[in-house]
Amino acid sequence: MPPELSSRPRLAPGCRLGENNQQRVLLMPERALRLNGPSLEIVERCDGKHTVQQIILDLQKIYSKAEPHKVGQDILGYLALLQKERALDFEL
Amino acid sequence: MPHEISNPLALIAELTHRCPLHCVYCSNPLELQARTNELSTEIWTRVFQEAATVGVLQADFTGGEPLARPDIVELVRAARCAGLYVNLITSGLPLDESKLAALVSAGLDHIQLSFQGAREETANEISGTKSHAQKLRVLDWLSQHRIAVTLNFVIHRRNMDQLEEMLAIAESSCATRIEFANVQYYGWAFANRENLLPTRAHLDHSLAFIKHEQERLQGKIRIEYVVPDYYAKYPKPCMGGWGRKLMLITPSGDALPCHAAQIIPGLSFENVKDRGLREIWEHSDAFQKFRGEDWMQEPCKTCDRREQDFGGCRCQARLLSGDAAATDPVCSLAPLRPKVDAILAGMNTTPPVQLFAIPAWLYRPNPI
Repeated sequence: MPPELSSRPRLAPGCRLGENNQQRVLLMPERALRLNGPSLEIVERCDGKHTVQQIILDLQKIYSKAEPHKVGQDILGYLALLQKERALDFEL
Repeated sequence: MPHEISNPLALIAELTHRCPLHCVYCSNPLELQARTNELSTEIWTRVFQEAATVGVLQADFTGGEPLARPDIVELVRAARCAGLYVNLITSGLPLDESKLAALVSAGLDHIQLSFQGAREETANEISGTKSHAQKLRVLDWLSQHRIAVTLNFVIHRRNMDQLEEMLAIAESSCATRIEFANVQYYGWAFANRENLLPTRAHLDHSLAFIKHEQERLQGKIRIEYVVPDYYAKYPKPCMGGWGRKLMLITPSGDALPCHAAQIIPGLSFENVKDRGLREIWEHSDAFQKFRGEDWMQEPCKTCDRREQDFGGCRCQARLLSGDAAATDPVCSLAPLRPKVDAILAGMNTTPPVQLFAIPAWLYRPNPI
């Protein structure tokens, strides 16, 4: 199930941004994900305030040379991956 | 040939061997360290700082029971201040509401609450103490805090029929993860193996149940399942490969590549009181011993899977074959696999009536 465009993703309890040797990472139980460029832009916006739609619009602006539909699809795919990792809660 | 050395990603901090539980499958060594040999707060603090510097992201506080350390709140704060993600693996027994609040405000990120069963009588039998009711209280307190909660159910022959009830405990709580980890056969579990190893029928049933529930709970509760590797076709990539990802520090400060490494004869371990963590990680004999592939024998040496499972577990190879450099005997390609098959055959022909009698467990004692 792809996340609802109007929902507001927020990092789940025990999931947070961290940094080690100048590398930003998403820290979560028993796992860590390296964040670069777009993945960092997405995770920084998973604050319970931005809707999925707003995250997509923001990144379409930042990556204005990329095809907007593709940017949207990639973001939904990445959010679904984080959801599967149980790293996100979606607030309505 | 020199091989590239990766950074350790996690530090397993065995803070103490003291524990109010006496679990019959405890992963601690048979020879437990006394309180007087435990590292000081100051040394642990330095170890956490050095760990962050070499690239470690996560600290797993374990034991024994880490809450047996009177300085546990300070240790959590020290690890978090060093920049680490702090995970506490606990029985929950020495916890009360104010201690929990103090741990959370010191920066605890994740708590793993161990359960020995879903029912009081099984849980108490396995842990050799009355502990189950307190765990349910702790679970209730945890809902007041915003940290990650994992329920760790160690599963085996005597509680494998309770998976549904275990999951129900998780679903009625604030847990976001549940681990069903089959006992791994080292130390105390090795001594108690014949009463712990599940039958093939138990195992198949549990696998089908887990698959179904993982789909049902996706996005709500993450379910991890660790198989008993005696039944596996290929060995587990133990510790993610020797000296590749993990470093364990014992209560007295010895740096080990894995929990059971002390059973391997001829390995000597550096102590964090004498050497820096980077030096130990990069140069110590114990960490170098099974790094890379030079130590491998056939069939591992030329196997296509050698970069996936790294030859399996060195301690299991030692326990089952007598040779720590042998292919892990649980591998279907290992020359010694027939030995594992014979153990399984014994388990699968035992009359079921034995399941109802309480075995003569070898309980783990509490060191002074």
